[in-house]
Amino acid sequence: MNLGTRKILDRSFSAVGIGSIAVMGIALLIVIVPIVYNGLGAVFFTETIEHRNMLYNEFGKGDKAELDKENAAAGIYRKEAYSMLSRFEAEMETMEPVRQQEFRSKYGPVQTALRHLIGPLPGDEEAILTRYRYGQTRWEKAEEKLHELLYEAKWDYSDPNSMAKEYFVSRAAEFEGTSLVRLFPYVENNLDKMLQPRFTVYWGFLTDSSVDSHIFGGVWPEIQGTFFLAVGAMLFAFPLGVIAAIYFTEYARDGFFTSMLRSANSTLAGVPSIVFGLFGLAFFINTLKVSESKSVLAGSLTLAIMILPTIIRAAEEAILSVPKTYKEASLSLGSTKWNTIMTVILPAALPGILTGGVISLGRAAGETAPIIFTAAVSVGSAIGIADVLSSPTPALSWNIYNLASEHEAAAEIRHVQYGMVLALVSIVLLLNLSAILLRARISKKLKG
Amino acid sequence: MQMTADGRDTSQIEQVKTAMRDIYLPSERKQISGGGNPHVTAKVFSIYYGEFEAVKKVNADVLSKYVTSIIGPSGCGKSTYLRAINRMNDLIPGCHTTGALLFDGEDIYGKFTDEVLLRKKIGMVFQKPNPFPKSIFDNIAYGPRLHGMNDRKQLAEVVERSLRKAALWDEVSDRLDRNALGLSGGQQQRLCVARALAVEPEILLLDEPTSALDPKATAKIEDLIQELRGSYTIMIVTHNMQQASRVSDYTMFFYEGVLVEYAPTAQLFTNPKDRMTEDYITGRFS
Repeated sequence: MNLGTRKILDRSFSAVGIGSIAVMGIALLIVIVPIVYNGLGAVFFTETIEHRNMLYNEFGKGDKAELDKENAAAGIYRKEAYSMLSRFEAEMETMEPVRQQEFRSKYGPVQTALRHLIGPLPGDEEAILTRYRYGQTRWEKAEEKLHELLYEAKWDYSDPNSMAKEYFVSRAAEFEGTSLVRLFPYVENNLDKMLQPRFTVYWGFLTDSSVDSHIFGGVWPEIQGTFFLAVGAMLFAFPLGVIAAIYFTEYARDGFFTSMLRSANSTLAGVPSIVFGLFGLAFFINTLKVSESKSVLAGSLTLAIMILPTIIRAAEEAILSVPKTYKEASLSLGSTKWNTIMTVILPAALPGILTGGVISLGRAAGETAPIIFTAAVSVGSAIGIADVLSSPTPALSWNIYNLASEHEAAAEIRHVQYGMVLALVSIVLLLNLSAILLRARISKKLKG
Repeated sequence: MQMTADGRDTSQIEQVKTAMRDIYLPSERKQISGGGNPHVTAKVFSIYYGEFEAVKKVNADVLSKYVTSIIGPSGCGKSTYLRAINRMNDLIPGCHTTGALLFDGEDIYGKFTDEVLLRKKIGMVFQKPNPFPKSIFDNIAYGPRLHGMNDRKQLAEVVERSLRKAALWDEVSDRLDRNALGLSGGQQQRLCVARALAVEPEILLLDEPTSALDPKATAKIEDLIQELRGSYTIMIVTHNMQQASRVSDYTMFFYEGVLVEYAPTAQLFTNPKDRMTEDYITGRFS
């Protein structure tokens, strides 16, 4: 091959390489940017007075005196709206029956929309579900709901060959000629005074428990559950993995048995995680009965089995990469094999072993499938450390899935879901970052 | 022209021998007291790597307190023999021995020999300097700590004594807490000697200790060997024949696993008995 062709080949390969890296980077950006933007929205957002009321009632947070003052300020404008409602109700009584019937059926949705917007109306019974006791807690959601109050959504079925089209009819037009017509512009113009929006940083999202299946509150139970599960898995898998790696590298003789063990380990690393989940259910809960049903313990054990092969492999490679000369030096000084392993080989292999460990910890924190049957519940409060043996726990990975697929009000609380995703991504990222730093620090210490 | 029995010119041999005497004549050495007893004795001792006999039926006494060098071409089994003495070959799978190798009359490969205790008495320095990635202090203190010395003051004494013996104290006394990997190659190798001395061995095995060092560092190691001569039994494997002649009292010449000749260094280099030895030291093959 001549020089020219070679150069062209080299250059085109570089171009392809850079191109594929760029594609990866762009894909990552497309995923990460909305996660970060929306996830931060769970903490940094414009809250309404309903949010402050909820925090005070459910968590006892906030200043009562100031809250009363704000409620009074908002109350002036709300009272005006309520009086419009009662005036219209009185007006309806005087209408002839057919017209009254027509307006009654239109009036119900107006009440509902107003309830969604600013909370229960005077005279409502106290709602059983917490979510119905408050209006919109987030200002951007309130603006969305305002639209529901101002317009009625209707469907156009006129064309049988295509899908029905949604269109909006102004409620002001529907109530034309009644006293209620004043309500719509009034609410539209005074919504900010009724809801008193204010920018807030709600760190409670990370430290509060959830209220009414994540409609309000934070994700602390999930964060804590993830932490318990991942750390529990490490408590089992890390020592076992390192011991197995020491056995493989220092004690096992090359033979049929060892090579069987090795290939079993490699196979285990490739098993899909849902299989581990079912295995955990069948083995730890149904057979060994480590707990009555789902528990953190069973979940940790399942995750431990899942990450064990990775830890073994990483530790094995780290141990093998320790120069043989260290071992020789130690043995020649009259050290026993065990002592050599503990005082020379393991310290030198530590960066690699820890890196493998922390990466596995991240994986344990992020896996969903193994804990579905063994540990995770969708709604629950934070459990105490003493309950890990018997209680299941919410966990970030599982609750993200749950909010995405099964939650009845998922569309209302996308910010919670994004917040959970961001929390999980941050935790895993932090763990990996700490692994890198730890590794760099120990390597630097070893190199002098 | 006079010819030897195997057809070589005797006058030429004499010429070579005279030349060799000039090169290899050992310098003045201090007298050694209390040494000269058989310290490591090989009796029909063979080492196998699997089927391959790497060292063949060696019979030899290494004398205590003297320096014995082992020379021979690459792959002749000299390092294998040296490493057999403190059982470092145990690390190599498939390596086994026949015959007997005795240390102070006890079989090194005996059924009840504790190789850990053995290695404490037989220290070793390797071809490439191999300090641990720890501080200089911890490197030297590693051995004593292993054997139960924990008192910081006592350890400090041992460290200083060992470093002084290895002629390294003056260079590193102010930075004992620094990582040993920061030292130069020559310093690292002397550190390894000091580390080996810290466990107070009886024998010091040096496996080509200067092959990775520059001439200046090599000279320091050679001086060090002279300092230690008389206190320890020293065995040194070397590729460098001048080095063997400079530092050792006795020399073993191995060729293809066979101990061809074992004699006082001066005699082996100036008046070899065996033709193979002569060919090797005159550089006809290497």
